[in-house]
Amino acid sequence: MKTVEEIKAAIETAVPGAQVEIVRNPGPSAQHSLRIGHEFAVQVATFLQDDPELALDFLSNVTGVDWPDKEIAEKVKVTRQVTKTIDGVEQAVEETVEETRKRLEPGCLEVVYHLYSMAKKHGPVVLRMRTANRSDKVNLPSLTRVWRAAEFQEREIFDLYGIVFEGHPDLRRILMWDGFKDHPMRRDYVDPDDYEYEPTAHDEVLAKAHAHQTAAGAVAVPEGGKP
Amino acid sequence: MTSSATDFALSAARQEGWNRPPVIEPDGEGELLELAMGPHHPSTHGVFRMDVALDGERVVRLKPVFGYLHRNHEKIAENTSYLASMPYTDRLDYFCSLTNNWAYALAVEKLVGQAVPERAEYLRVILAELTRIQNHASSIGFLLQEMGASGTPLMYAFREREKILDLFETLTGSRMMCNYMRFGGCRVDASPAWLDATRKVVAGIPEFVDEFERFLRTNEILMARTQGMGILRPELAVNAGVTGPMLRASGVNYDIRKVDHYGIYDRFKFRVPLGDHWDIYDRYMVRMLEMRESIGILEQALKEIPGGPVMDPKAKIRGFRPKPGEAYGRIEAPKGELGFYLISDGSPNPYRYRVRPPSLINLTILEDMCLGHNVADVVLIFGSVDIVLGEVDR
Repeated sequence: MKTVEEIKAAIETAVPGAQVEIVRNPGPSAQHSLRIGHEFAVQVATFLQDDPELALDFLSNVTGVDWPDKEIAEKVKVTRQVTKTIDGVEQAVEETVEETRKRLEPGCLEVVYHLYSMAKKHGPVVLRMRTANRSDKVNLPSLTRVWRAAEFQEREIFDLYGIVFEGHPDLRRILMWDGFKDHPMRRDYVDPDDYEYEPTAHDEVLAKAHAHQTAAGAVAVPEGGKP
Repeated sequence: MTSSATDFALSAARQEGWNRPPVIEPDGEGELLELAMGPHHPSTHGVFRMDVALDGERVVRLKPVFGYLHRNHEKIAENTSYLASMPYTDRLDYFCSLTNNWAYALAVEKLVGQAVPERAEYLRVILAELTRIQNHASSIGFLLQEMGASGTPLMYAFREREKILDLFETLTGSRMMCNYMRFGGCRVDASPAWLDATRKVVAGIPEFVDEFERFLRTNEILMARTQGMGILRPELAVNAGVTGPMLRASGVNYDIRKVDHYGIYDRFKFRVPLGDHWDIYDRYMVRMLEMRESIGILEQALKEIPGGPVMDPKAKIRGFRPKPGEAYGRIEAPKGELGFYLISDGSPNPYRYRVRPPSLINLTILEDMCLGHNVADVVLIFGSVDIVLGEVDR
């Protein structure tokens, strides 16, 4: 099978303008991956599937990864001018101090695709795509058109991570219920104190039943009927 | 009719939307009947719902609804150590806990570059193939049950399954929640008495398989209801990520034991059965033949099993912290490709822990297979996918 460098070169010649970046895996498994830009993702995927040498016809695994905003504390040596009184005379001296600076590395959501070839019996080729941030720019193109195997798995990522796949034929929650608000697989998800609470049709029924009762607590009797 | 897998890759002639379920126009007059099959329908093998729209008896739309058994297994695993998730993998596909153990152990061993001693590899193969036999036997038993042969045929399968579960209990202490494999080997060694008992059970399986196969081969009702039903074209099966006996019944020669040679599967001689009518009947015949191949693997493994340790003495158990990196490990579980994807950031807990569930992904094409068939056949088509809800919903 081709190495990641060769696959990167092949993609860049076949899909001009596609951004491909090699992500090294430092672990012993040595499964290196390719990070692609979302603009040409569908074209890149179609190329990988159709290229007779790669023939990556089988999309095995699709998954999301959450990379939250990270606060990185760095120690920086700073040289600055200070005025000091030396031997009774005020002088401007240079002084080197260590300062801790904090910077915020913006987080993102990532999708990872594991591709294999059933025709050539090789793999895996790992593709990755990142969203711009974790709050409002969470859209990525859906690859369900190219590999149907992504259909339920992308729905699951939408449900649990909140990535919106554009062009997905049926993007709904799959494991959580439709009225659920949050995305439980995110690292900063806080689970509710009360798991029991769930707005269902049952509440409407209770509200209606409540409306039948008078303020005194007595049950209102409908006309000609039993309470 | 077995087409070569190379044909599926060339999509030049394909049209947009070729891999979507077809739209079926109702031909009768009047309204469609919207029916919720499940979550407590006896044919759904657990809590699962199919929202079907019926035109008379004919299915014109089918939407699977999941999540009744969802407990966010992945999140729980990300909040505990690597080893603490091992017993939890038993609860994914609770029919095949030992193959789940193996898939997880394999992924972690890839992540840290851990070797496994010879004897442990043999024990893993023996247990995985026993698991495959009992899973396939139960699956065929459920088919007969769902076709109306209530009780008895399923009990034949369960009688055989019980013998295998007894072996699991003797070795691991539990019938179904085995929690047996560890990173770098197995938890306890098998005694010579256990191996003898296993040889005895394995010697009795061919007779059971012959008896069971007679049900499939000679029953006219069964053949009428399964042959030509629920056809899954190979190019769609590959595109939709279908794996396991489902894929091979569609004529695609892809068995991860042969492709990846994980463990020591390159040492065993076995064949990969393929279907050529792509229907429900083929799916069950492929499972039947796989049981026969598993018996062959078991006989070889039980003959050749060497002595030695079952745990790599260098394997780290306490303070297990893989170096940063990631790994995707997969095996051929009885239901299809079971994979685990792990990302380590150097801490004792996995940063990301993902299960690739074959049961969920094999259901992607459920609607395509059921459209146009009668509602009674949906039960059989669904049963032929062979799922366990513990794995679908995780």
